[in-house]
Amino acid sequence: MAETAEIFIDGQRVAFQAEQTIMMAAHAAGIYIPHLCHHPELKPHGSCRLCVVEVNGRKLSACTTLAQQGQIIHNQRADLIASRRCVLQLLFVEGNHVCPACEKSGDCQLQALAYAVEMISPRFAHFYPQRTVDASHPDILLDYNRCILCELCLRASRDVDHKNVFSLQQRGDKTHLSVNSASGQLADSTLALGDKAMQVCPVGALLSKQTAYQTPIGARLYDQKPIAQGEAHDG
Amino acid sequence: MHAIQARFNYLPAFALAALADALQCSVAEIHSVSSFYHLFNHSPRAYDIRFSHNIIEIYQGKAALMQQLLDGLQLKQGQVRPDLRVCVDNTSCIGMSDQGISALVNGLPVTHLTPARITQMIELIEQSIPISQWPATFFQIDHRIQHKNRLLNSQIKAGDVLTKLSDKAQMWQTLQQAGIRGCGGAGFPVYQKWRLCQATPAKQRIIVCNADEGEPATFKDRVLLSDYPEWVIEGMTIAAQLIEANQGFIYLRGEYRYLLPMLEAVLAQRRRLGLLGPAAGFDIQIYLGAGAYVCGAETALLNSLEGQRGIPRAVPPYPVNHGYLGWPTVVNNVETLAQVTLAFLIGGQHFAQIGTAASKGTKLFSVSGDCQAGIYELPFGTTVAELLALANATEVQAVQNAGAAGQLLLSPDFHRRFCFDDVASTGSFMVFNRQRDLSAMVANFAQFFAAESCGFCTPCRVGTRLMAKTVEKIQAGQGHARDVDDLTDLCHLLRHHSHCGLGSSAGNHIRDTLTQRPDLYPLKA
Ligand SMILES: Cc1cc2nc3c(=O)[nH]c(=O)nc-3n(C[C@H](O)[C@H](O)[C@H](O)COP(=O)(O)O)c2cc1C
Ligand code: SF4
Ligand code: SF4
Repeated sequence: MAETAEIFIDGQRVAFQAEQTIMMAAHAAGIYIPHLCHHPELKPHGSCRLCVVEVNGRKLSACTTLAQQGQIIHNQRADLIASRRCVLQLLFVEGNHVCPACEKSGDCQLQALAYAVEMISPRFAHFYPQRTVDASHPDILLDYNRCILCELCLRASRDVDHKNVFSLQQRGDKTHLSVNSASGQLADSTLALGDKAMQVCPVGALLSKQTAYQTPIGARLYDQKPIAQGEAHDG
Repeated sequence: MHAIQARFNYLPAFALAALADALQCSVAEIHSVSSFYHLFNHSPRAYDIRFSHNIIEIYQGKAALMQQLLDGLQLKQGQVRPDLRVCVDNTSCIGMSDQGISALVNGLPVTHLTPARITQMIELIEQSIPISQWPATFFQIDHRIQHKNRLLNSQIKAGDVLTKLSDKAQMWQTLQQAGIRGCGGAGFPVYQKWRLCQATPAKQRIIVCNADEGEPATFKDRVLLSDYPEWVIEGMTIAAQLIEANQGFIYLRGEYRYLLPMLEAVLAQRRRLGLLGPAAGFDIQIYLGAGAYVCGAETALLNSLEGQRGIPRAVPPYPVNHGYLGWPTVVNNVETLAQVTLAFLIGGQHFAQIGTAASKGTKLFSVSGDCQAGIYELPFGTTVAELLALANATEVQAVQNAGAAGQLLLSPDFHRRFCFDDVASTGSFMVFNRQRDLSAMVANFAQFFAAESCGFCTPCRVGTRLMAKTVEKIQAGQGHARDVDDLTDLCHLLRHHSHCGLGSSAGNHIRDTLTQRPDLYPLKA
């Protein structure tokens, strides 16, 4: 190719390589596009819809859209930020997220993003679903109340760990995560602390029991800097 | 799974375990797929009854009949009776809105329900009479073809068009001249879609007939498949020749299972004639859906065909490049394929002589509601008012065009024309007279999308449910201005941030009624 391939994100020139998504190109250039269901080591998914940007006038998810020469992309525009705030509000409506009591508080991408887009107050009437906690595993806790159905654990377990520990059940707002063991309990599964699946949960749904509450609240990742400045978990 | 359910009326745990064994996966993985489709039951019952819960049937008095059945059987909606005899619940439109109030009983449609018929059903159930011994009149479906044009007026036998095809170059030319656009919703030009598929290098290509017909109050594909099947199958075979496909599928919605034996017989006959099968280098298999509106969306359909959860895929890659099991795949609506056959019967130029500049030929409308319901075949360019007059609709308050995902038309719109540049149609046309309270329509559509969201992406999974709840709150007289703002924001989010067409059109009816009929949203001071 003669000239360098580039796209424009909020007016900034960003170089990209063939087969790179907008998300990958942005990340390589140090530009943060908010996301929850994306992880650079896993196949793009496009379900959380936080990374929706405007590409040549069309709203598309940055994680599943390939970068193409000359694209004019808006990321940090007020209406897009407002929509992201709305998406986050929906995630809070759907689950039971009691941040102050959560072990992941301060390390949680959902919470950090909510701060980043100034989602200060709850908005819609919450669903308060009845969900359970699976504490059967000696090392791992799975709190379904906090699961946002990003399928990162599912994909990591299937595609990286090759253990296929998780699956989704049912449809629509009844969709929920489940464990592929005869009893449906984590203790019966092959999930282990060292699995990739254990490193990818963006919220406090899949937790290691051993390190619980070791880092005091206040000294955690997003307590130190906002999520847009340092993408710690997924590099 | 269909075979298991046909035998037991539900999917027993032991049968799923056996299936998991055979496929070498866990039961949870099997359940992950089966629980996605609402026509699969996971607990035992001898009779499974699902009322078609669409606004057309609701206005006709569906709720009272359902209550009569529930009371007669001493049952609550959605609960299996303790003696495991029966369960009565709702399901999304079953494609029978021209057949009075209807319900699926063990998967088969029982139509024209009346209080007398419900009384009979209660007796049959209490006496444990198997549905194979129920009166045949219960299952009668009368096709009301009210207005025919050139497609419905023509007749062919198997092979009539296929045996007279010219060479490929001329066939492509015919297709291009005809200018047919897809009848499933998006209106993509057929010529272009087939060319794109054929141009993708591959050892195999696939043609899929989309017979999912899930858009509420649409039934034209049902009528085509039952009365004009040769047209559809001939069209698939023509497609196979042009795109060089060796495998075809008909993705038949589970609600139309009753058509399966007839369609299998048509295929078998064609195999005997050598039009399908090894000698023809192309064969067609029917794949039965199991209840999921989203599976009408072509990439969800492909996942479903592959035996997975019916979640829409990210595009690109488009199916024409990467479809069923990765093979280049054309997905076309039932009616599109029938129109293709007509174009090859009468010639491309002739085909394009009627219609408008951008929309060639005729269109089938499934008309229901307060009028003479049935199928109307009309040239593109016909006005809404003309169709209303043909259907003897009087005192019309509103029309809902193109199903729940479509658009609301009020009298100032009635002069507009059906064509891709003006009133685009998927074939569903619901008529409401002045007596109807359209709030019920808004509530019904909101429930429909919440029930049918596949749950993959946040805006639609949570947004559709929230929208239904907010509508319910406003209709209960508890609405504030804030709730209307919430609805407006949710509509915007759904339209622009959803992963697929289901979510992006799920707010259309709210958007239309908020702007055109704000009186439907009374607020507290
Ligand atoms: C939620 C949703 C449901 C759909 N349902 C149907 C359907 O039931 N039948 C159909 O032919 N197309 C349906 N479509 C459109 C298909 O995705 C696809 O565009 C169509 O089958 C292509 O065929 P055509 O080009 O012949 O129209 C649906 C689309 C969406 C987003
Ligand atoms: S447990 Fe965590 S990683 Fe897994 S789907 Fe839920 S939120 Fe995502
Ligand atoms: S918009 Fe999202 S949740 Fe809704 S049906 Fe499409 S993919 Fe599923």
